[in-house]
Amino acid sequence: MSSPRMTTENESGSGLPNIVPAPPAKFVSDPNPVSSAPAAPSMIREYLNNCDSGAMADKSFAAVMLLCACSIFAIVAFIFGILVVHSHLSLAQFGWKFFARSAWDPVSGDFGAFPFIYGTLATSLLALVMAVPLALGVAIFLTELCPQVLRAPISFLTELLAAIPSVVYGLWAVFVLVPIMRDTLGPFLYKFFGWTGLFEGANFGVGLLTASIILAIMILPIISSLTRDIMTAVPNSQREAVLALGATRWEMIRVGVLRNSRIGIVGAIMLGLGRALGETMAVTMVIGNHPEISKSLFAPGYTLASVIANEFSEATGDLYLSALIEIGLALFLVTIIVNAIARLMVWAVTRGAPARVH
Amino acid sequence: MSTQPLSNQRRPMDFQSKSMRINSAWRSAMNYLVSGLSILATIIVILPLIAILFYLVYKGASSLNLAFFTHIPAPVGELGGGMANSIVGSAIVLLLASLMGIPIGIAAGVYLAEFGRGTALANAVRFTADVLNGVPSIVMGISIYSLIVMQQKHFSALAGGVALAIMMVPTITRTTEEMLATVPHAIREAALGLGVPKWRTAVSVSLRTASPGIITGCMLAFARVAGETAPLLFTAFGNQFWSFRLDQPIAALPLQIYVYAISPYDEWHRLAWAGSLVLIVMIMVSVTLVRIFANRGVLKGGS
Amino acid sequence: MLAAGASAQNLNGAGATFPYPIYSKWFTEYSAAHSNVKINYQSIGSGGGIRQVTEGTVDFGASDGPMSDEQIAGAKVKVMHIPTVLGAVVPVYNIPGVNKELNFSGDVIADIYLGKITKWNDARIAKDNPGVSLPGNAILPVYRSDGSGTTYIFTDYLSKVSSDWTSKVGKNTSVKWPTGIGQKGNEGVAGMVRQSPYSFGYVELIYAVQNKMSYGLVKNAAGKFVKASTAGVTAAAAAAAKSMPADYRVSITNAAGAESYPISSFTWLLIPTHSTDPAKAKVLADFLGWMLDHGEAEASGLTYAPLPKPVQDMVRKSIANVK
Repeated sequence: MSSPRMTTENESGSGLPNIVPAPPAKFVSDPNPVSSAPAAPSMIREYLNNCDSGAMADKSFAAVMLLCACSIFAIVAFIFGILVVHSHLSLAQFGWKFFARSAWDPVSGDFGAFPFIYGTLATSLLALVMAVPLALGVAIFLTELCPQVLRAPISFLTELLAAIPSVVYGLWAVFVLVPIMRDTLGPFLYKFFGWTGLFEGANFGVGLLTASIILAIMILPIISSLTRDIMTAVPNSQREAVLALGATRWEMIRVGVLRNSRIGIVGAIMLGLGRALGETMAVTMVIGNHPEISKSLFAPGYTLASVIANEFSEATGDLYLSALIEIGLALFLVTIIVNAIARLMVWAVTRGAPARVH
Repeated sequence: MSTQPLSNQRRPMDFQSKSMRINSAWRSAMNYLVSGLSILATIIVILPLIAILFYLVYKGASSLNLAFFTHIPAPVGELGGGMANSIVGSAIVLLLASLMGIPIGIAAGVYLAEFGRGTALANAVRFTADVLNGVPSIVMGISIYSLIVMQQKHFSALAGGVALAIMMVPTITRTTEEMLATVPHAIREAALGLGVPKWRTAVSVSLRTASPGIITGCMLAFARVAGETAPLLFTAFGNQFWSFRLDQPIAALPLQIYVYAISPYDEWHRLAWAGSLVLIVMIMVSVTLVRIFANRGVLKGGS
Repeated sequence: MLAAGASAQNLNGAGATFPYPIYSKWFTEYSAAHSNVKINYQSIGSGGGIRQVTEGTVDFGASDGPMSDEQIAGAKVKVMHIPTVLGAVVPVYNIPGVNKELNFSGDVIADIYLGKITKWNDARIAKDNPGVSLPGNAILPVYRSDGSGTTYIFTDYLSKVSSDWTSKVGKNTSVKWPTGIGQKGNEGVAGMVRQSPYSFGYVELIYAVQNKMSYGLVKNAAGKFVKASTAGVTAAAAAAAKSMPADYRVSITNAAGAESYPISSFTWLLIPTHSTDPAKAKVLADFLGWMLDHGEAEASGLTYAPLPKPVQDMVRKSIANVK
């Protein structure tokens, strides 16, 4: 045994402060116990006699760990509780119709969440439409095509993209993306796709489309790195089997890889969707913040998260505040459901294989 | 992504037939097309990153000066001033968040990997942690506002720290669990066989062996919350002066960048770019450290 | 130098962005002169000022829309209004190629925000601006997305000049805007208008001046187009200064008089009548005294109008009630 000091430390109960600067692992590195043991057998006996079974310490340690684990439940329950309690005014006033009403009139106290739900769904889905093909392309490139040398730098770069804070994306969008949308991309889209009716009306550079583009850039790394992990989890024997049948590389990817991991890929996409639904700062800075439902992608919109960011600390009147908290509740529930489905899907595929946490 | 099946399997094996040659050409063209598309996709993804980084460095570096790191913001519309108080404020809030979030996150991970493995409760905790990971940060903000700010009757650095700590917990829990799961059972059994109590085995053997991966997880969580603005809007609130008190509103870098970014003042735009550069560098350094740690880690396959 | 208290005091205030430039200057100077006092002011909007001070989460609030009777009745913390300075809300625009100052009638501004006037070369804008060649581009109206006193002053004025506005929108710190895009704070609106060609917005005068933005002349009650200035604002306040109600809640938009600038207003600090911490109340009282003695003189440098003399005397008496 390493040292009798242990018995005293036994009593310190919570092992928490020890965790990060853990004492050196004497069991592994310390050569002394083995050599000194035969020399002083009485010391070991003495130690063993003095040493209690550790059951108490074990139990209390396990209890502390359990408590911390359960605190995660507590956090989710408490968020849900707070949101329900503080939105009761609006829940009582508008009921479920709150989510189908499109009024947002602080003067007369008439509130409805529909324009925000529309804005959130429209920007998130549009972002997915843009991000998913690109993300799949990157994942395929990284797992199947990329030369070894490039693999690490490219995945490092995409991970950096994930690490850039939302507010910095917003800053970039305001000063770079918005002018591009206004002067170059917007007129281009109007000229060539104006007939679809999606690019009607005046284009000022801010609006649903700009918000979707910045969202797409933000969720890309999440989807692509998760998809890459899922595709890596496909056993090589699958690839070899398909190749052995004379398939080209693309056929191998399609039949051997994509088909095997499609559930996981859908899960990864759902996780990206979850992130897009809750994204706040960058969207708030470029979406235009006007609660209207318009077919045109140039039109300004408003999302659930950005209405909270803009109006929460400024709302006068209890009903107004309560309506905003109910919007928070809606956002909470929607993201929880989307994330739950996504996690189940990803688990179904990567179970057993080492997955990354994001 | 076409789902057209491979339809050539039942044909007679005459590789010289016309249809076979066309088919072969088509397949090989498709192969090149898809390869080309995926390379193109990668380039399209890398481009905005390089554009953003380049623009940030270009705008940020030209705006950075010593005053940025040593001065507090000047009154509106006046030249000069810096973000010294925001940098320190961010550090204080993040330190608070780490002090609360890291122990709880690691402990929950230890429970999942060492004590509750396979139990229904552990599965439920794991699932809840994953779901909590996806809860929008703005929702954390309003919850903490209702819980702490409304009760204490003032905005505070503490409230900001709690909001960020909650966001750190699930990431740390899940990484810790996964890293502990890669520690071979033989090592634990060896320790237990020597009569080491289970708690001691968990702390000094399992955690220690998995520590590089766990540090990676903590850094990832840290990098993620370092740039968060939304939960701080209603908690830390911002402050244009120095403040070191936990029960007072405190400045934070992302908050200050947001306020300055939407303003009309060129001087503030300049500071916003400089602030973004500092923030990004801070986050990139931690992400890079993560890579180094992960690559030098004992358990390479784990990360 | 006034001794405000033996120990260090940190006060937190929040609210209007309309007077933020002068407040941030005052609080910086006051803190410099009183090394043990720091007054942190966050410009989150007047609605936020009212909300946070009545919730008791800040030590004082600031608003340029006076609280309504219901808000006063429902407030958890009772507050009093103390006027600080007067300011003007100006219509700002960004029209590439047009350098002339434009004239706007109240009903034209209302109809731009109601979505009835959508192009810059609309006949009604052209009628007020003979000789200016206006482009045919669409107008992008920009408004405040947060609860704002500037919005209150602006919608208060529009309600007085447009019956359509009264019936469809009304006046408040936040309203249901029929068209346009929302931005946070006077800073946000000014930033957006500056960034976007063909946009139109409303901000406090100082934001337009500091950012060298074009702002228009507005037709006043006497039918004259007036450019915003401290003189115009002071003229608008002349009548109110003589008959100021005891609680200072008074609207001076669309005031009579040929020189009056029509979108003018007082801006108020919201001070709790019974502070939980007497030491903080003492600092606030001291600050208000300092403001009357030193601060008012700095107002016109930032294009705010100082309080008229009779109002200053009234405020001096009210300070005695801050405890």
